[in-house]
Amino acid sequence: MKPRFYLPLSTLLLFGIGASAQQAIPLKGNELFGSLRARHIGPAITSGRIADLEGHPTDARILYVGTAGGGVWKTTDGGVSYKPMFDKHIQSIGAVAVDPQKPDQVVWAGTGECWTRNSVSVGDGVYKSEDGGQNWTNMGLAKSERISAVKIDPTNSNTVYVGAMGALWSPNAERGVFKTTDGGKTWEKILFVDENTGCSDLAMDPKDPNVLYAAFWEYRRTAWSFNSGGSQSGLYKSTDAGKTWAKIHTGFPTGKLGRIAVTIAPSMPNRLFAVIESETAEGKGLYRSENAGASWQRTNGDFELTVRPFYFSRIVVDPRNPDILLKGGLSGSISRDGGKTFTTLGTMHSDVHDFHFDNLNSNIIFAATDGGVYRSYDGGSVFEMVKGLPVAQAYQVSVDNSKPYKVYCGLQDNQSWYGPSESPGGIGNRDWNCVGAGDGFRVYRHPTKANILYSDMQGAEYIWRYDTERRQTKIVKPYASATDPKLRFNWNAALQISPNKPDRLYVGSQFLHRSDDMGETWTKISPDLTTNNPAKQQQEESGGLSADNSGAENHCTIFSIAESSLDENLIWVGTDDGNVQVTTDGGKNWSNVVGTVPGLPKNTWAYHVEPSRFDKNTAYVAFEGHSSGDMATYVYKTTDLGKTWTSITTPDIKGFARHIKEDLVNPNLLFLGTEQGLYVTVDGGQNWSAFTNNMPPVAVMYIAIQPDENDLVLATHGRGLIIIDDISPLRQVTNDLLTKDMAFLKTMPTAMHDDGGFSEDSDAGEFTGENPSRSAKIVYYLKKRQTFGKMTMEIMDAAGKKVGDITPGKAKGINIVDWNYRLKPPKTATGKTLSLAGFTGPRLPAGTYTVKLTQGTNTFDTPITLLPDPTSMHSVADQQAQYEAVTRLYTMTEQLGYLVDQINMMQKAADEQLAKDPKYKKVIDPLTKELAALKEKLVVLKGDNYVGTAEPQLREKIATIYGQIVGYFGRPSGAQLANVTVLDDQLKAAQATFEAIKTTRYKALTDRLLKDKLPEISLRSFDDYKKSDG
Amino acid sequence: MKKLLVLFFCVAGSLMAQAQTADEVIDKYFAQTGGKDKWMALKSMKATGKAKVQGMELPLTMIQKAPNKMKATATFQGMSFIQPCFDGSTGWNTNQMTMKPEKMAAEDSENMKDEAMLEDPFLNYAAKGYKVELQGKETVEGTECHKMKLTRKPTMVDGKAEENVVYYFFSVADNVPIMSRTVAKKGPAKGTTVETFMSDYQEVPGGIFMPFTVTTKAGGKEMMSMVMEKFETNVAIEDAEFAYPDKK
Repeated sequence: MKPRFYLPLSTLLLFGIGASAQQAIPLKGNELFGSLRARHIGPAITSGRIADLEGHPTDARILYVGTAGGGVWKTTDGGVSYKPMFDKHIQSIGAVAVDPQKPDQVVWAGTGECWTRNSVSVGDGVYKSEDGGQNWTNMGLAKSERISAVKIDPTNSNTVYVGAMGALWSPNAERGVFKTTDGGKTWEKILFVDENTGCSDLAMDPKDPNVLYAAFWEYRRTAWSFNSGGSQSGLYKSTDAGKTWAKIHTGFPTGKLGRIAVTIAPSMPNRLFAVIESETAEGKGLYRSENAGASWQRTNGDFELTVRPFYFSRIVVDPRNPDILLKGGLSGSISRDGGKTFTTLGTMHSDVHDFHFDNLNSNIIFAATDGGVYRSYDGGSVFEMVKGLPVAQAYQVSVDNSKPYKVYCGLQDNQSWYGPSESPGGIGNRDWNCVGAGDGFRVYRHPTKANILYSDMQGAEYIWRYDTERRQTKIVKPYASATDPKLRFNWNAALQISPNKPDRLYVGSQFLHRSDDMGETWTKISPDLTTNNPAKQQQEESGGLSADNSGAENHCTIFSIAESSLDENLIWVGTDDGNVQVTTDGGKNWSNVVGTVPGLPKNTWAYHVEPSRFDKNTAYVAFEGHSSGDMATYVYKTTDLGKTWTSITTPDIKGFARHIKEDLVNPNLLFLGTEQGLYVTVDGGQNWSAFTNNMPPVAVMYIAIQPDENDLVLATHGRGLIIIDDISPLRQVTNDLLTKDMAFLKTMPTAMHDDGGFSEDSDAGEFTGENPSRSAKIVYYLKKRQTFGKMTMEIMDAAGKKVGDITPGKAKGINIVDWNYRLKPPKTATGKTLSLAGFTGPRLPAGTYTVKLTQGTNTFDTPITLLPDPTSMHSVADQQAQYEAVTRLYTMTEQLGYLVDQINMMQKAADEQLAKDPKYKKVIDPLTKELAALKEKLVVLKGDNYVGTAEPQLREKIATIYGQIVGYFGRPSGAQLANVTVLDDQLKAAQATFEAIKTTRYKALTDRLLKDKLPEISLRSFDDYKKSDG
Repeated sequence: MKKLLVLFFCVAGSLMAQAQTADEVIDKYFAQTGGKDKWMALKSMKATGKAKVQGMELPLTMIQKAPNKMKATATFQGMSFIQPCFDGSTGWNTNQMTMKPEKMAAEDSENMKDEAMLEDPFLNYAAKGYKVELQGKETVEGTECHKMKLTRKPTMVDGKAEENVVYYFFSVADNVPIMSRTVAKKGPAKGTTVETFMSDYQEVPGGIFMPFTVTTKAGGKEMMSMVMEKFETNVAIEDAEFAYPDKK
């Protein structure tokens, strides 16, 4: 790891930046990012919301998982392990469908989740894969926003129906039922109700694909309300492949209808089930038709059948038994009598959205929940969780300054957590610690008290101060005073720590509250900073036909708070109803500065305020208006405390803005999180590039930078936490660099790690987050990719001796190459078995080395520095003792190798001579005998590499002690050192024996050859031996 | 009017130039790397170099003989590991515990018949029963590339024939593939994207160009690089070289 004091040094490298207007830097995309690569660390311990499950019609090993915000995943092993299949495309999934005719090839994914909670993401149309999900093409319906169903004609792969729910937050026309008859090239809208009503479910008769059922739902969400239901909701049937449709409401409740789900019993296609939301409690519930929709009877109105229809609506019937059906719900329920009565399903994460019956065995049931995929093997009584789906929906992330640093986050319906940024064997589910309840949002470790952290839950119902060492939890929220109105907190309430005062805490209701004593006492330091619009404060009326006042629609609240790191009295506040307020006197006076923002629609949510670290008057604000249907990207910069603003967005950016982060070193380096991924600019916003290296276009909700490691840490709403290690190369991209054919970038010295502990790896099926690389990084720019001709890279020590040989990166743009700072393993004696010593090279000592890159006839070099482990428990002398012992053993290993090589060469020459001239037998036999006697004590000449091993000889003994000493970075034990000496003496004795053979038996042979005027035998030198293969 | 016409033809011309066909990309590749005749003349090849894996360097020898015999031998501590060898009908490997040869599963041997082909997959691809399709452009290693879908003969996976697709990325500027991408189809790594990067193209005996450095990434992480020192072409290789050693 890189100690903190290098930060100013790197600032020096960037002299002049910020002093004058930044020039545009055209380097973009993967040329800019090179091999900088995101690593995903989970957490998968809670997984995340799953929207849709879709099996393969004949192969029970295959299941597709459509997630709320983390793309499509696929298992091909019956549900043990899952791989992401949709990483290049928008990550919110509504429905997945597998073509019955070409199930191994053709898969469809409708994007945009259809479980429309407040925090739901958006889609951008329907996709098709023709290679089992490896590659996808967007087939259109880009404005449909969310797709509830895709149905494929089982007799004709080119005929596909899509149920489009359409926009949630605004009216739009791209909704209803769409049909293609040319595999998705063109679409016809075959059923449309109006611009506020979308297709919430679609069913196709498996025996007659011309028979279709389409449910329509009138619904709308705003930032402050939700409405489910109206006069336009309904259920339609077509018997002519969608040409004509008729309402099929006989037996339905009268009045307005809400969300409707419809499904067919596959083994009895005249039996249909519908779940209906209606005006009255008596009308809500499950309806059954035995005559293909001609009439309906209500069978059940239990809680699980009627709860939150916008969130739970799906009904799934056993493919083999028309009496068995599953209904999504808070817990999910199952009927075994055709829907008359239900039993709650076995314990799993609450909020169940979809199911899949195994296609051979109905006792195997998969369930999609807010906390991942669960599976049952006993028909739904007992469920186990899939531990390998890292699709958590994080709202925020923060980091601490421990080593290795830890990351903190709150998750949709999955509490608050912290975990390590690295862990032996990888970051597993076991590494995460739960530090909150309910939905988790914002979590911070106290900046100086390492045992204290803060976390919260929805609407600041609780703000916890948690002593993680003593496991004590105190609720430290502010309450309304006698004269205050009711405090309004956002669902994702603004909680913030101060960059200046370690004990300071802010929380925003409509007022800004400040505590300077870790939440014990609170001071209100502002008036109502919101628009306080009463029309947006009617939450108890929210929900439509089913009341839904969860707090998720609380509005006219403070959403983002930031105290300037340059001035504790300078505080910025962003509100969900579109105000940007700033105070320069610690809250005495406030200015609403949003009015001067150009091109920003009124009341656009001020999602994140980001004061500059370099200039008090500078700040950035990310706004977003998606909850009014405005998907544009709004990011602005002020350099005069909000008097004037400049837009810093470009058409490079996709998705509405969620977060803007200024780099800690280079003020022109900015990171932007949007609904569709991470964007980076190195020229202050004139050019933006999507970061796509192992980074899907997932909603990036929050960004933190860990200052010691220069790591970028992302909270994503669908793929958990993602880290991009050491972004310092991006700080050095200048126009001057781009003029060079090849140029090295500066790298911070690499601190080595004295790793040597044990680790337990995660089991198959369990997600393991990637650790950071321990390697030193060599970073350079290439103007053109090296495709033709040689390019090599070597590392030299201070004396100019080659200590490393690396395959260089050859990409156009920035290359980042790993160097593991170990010598090659020693060349070991050849034997019948493998020697342990041949697998590990000694770690090089700390110091400065030279990287030499050779490109054709040109060479380039740059220094690279290794530092000892700053947390090492070993003195320099002890480290030196280890290195000396390792070097000694390394030499011994190679000398033994050379000795055996000489024996082998000598024996080979003797054998050849004997073959040519049997008269040599008399002189060669004694030589052979003595060489054999010597060699059998040096290397194992029989056995195998497993349990058939022979007794160890000198090679194996040296290898064993070498392996022990090379793996511990301090002084070897006295016993170990004594053992080295014993073995060294044995080696010397063997060498002496060999020298004796040379002067006796071997000399007899060479004398004879000389006498016969035959050429002398040449034994190769040590250097030639080292160069030889093997 | 005349100016407009000129403009029209310029635009039309550039549009035509953009609309490359798969065959044009393939033809350019062979023209760039020695010409089809020289590629057609290739009947055997021996390549020597080093495999760099996990900090180790293993000397590597690879021999191939038309149509589909091959043998890759890595040397470690004086011992030879054969990973794999294929004699045209039987594939085998060295077991690393016993150092003895062991036959591949029958299905894997069957798959080797196609996988071990010496001939460049794009040479006479139709005659081999392969299909190619140009699928637009994609940037690889900062370099604009034509994305070419190559469908080889189906692969048997646990008793089931599966489509065997490899995507090749031909550098627009350099006309040679700089990367191929496929998905592991069998074993615990199935489903993992495997990318192979080709660089250091140089002329070898026989007048064709070969990539001297080949780096493999699995799931985006570097697994191995092979740095070749020498290629020999049309050398005499006995069939016996590839045969499964019957006496263990």
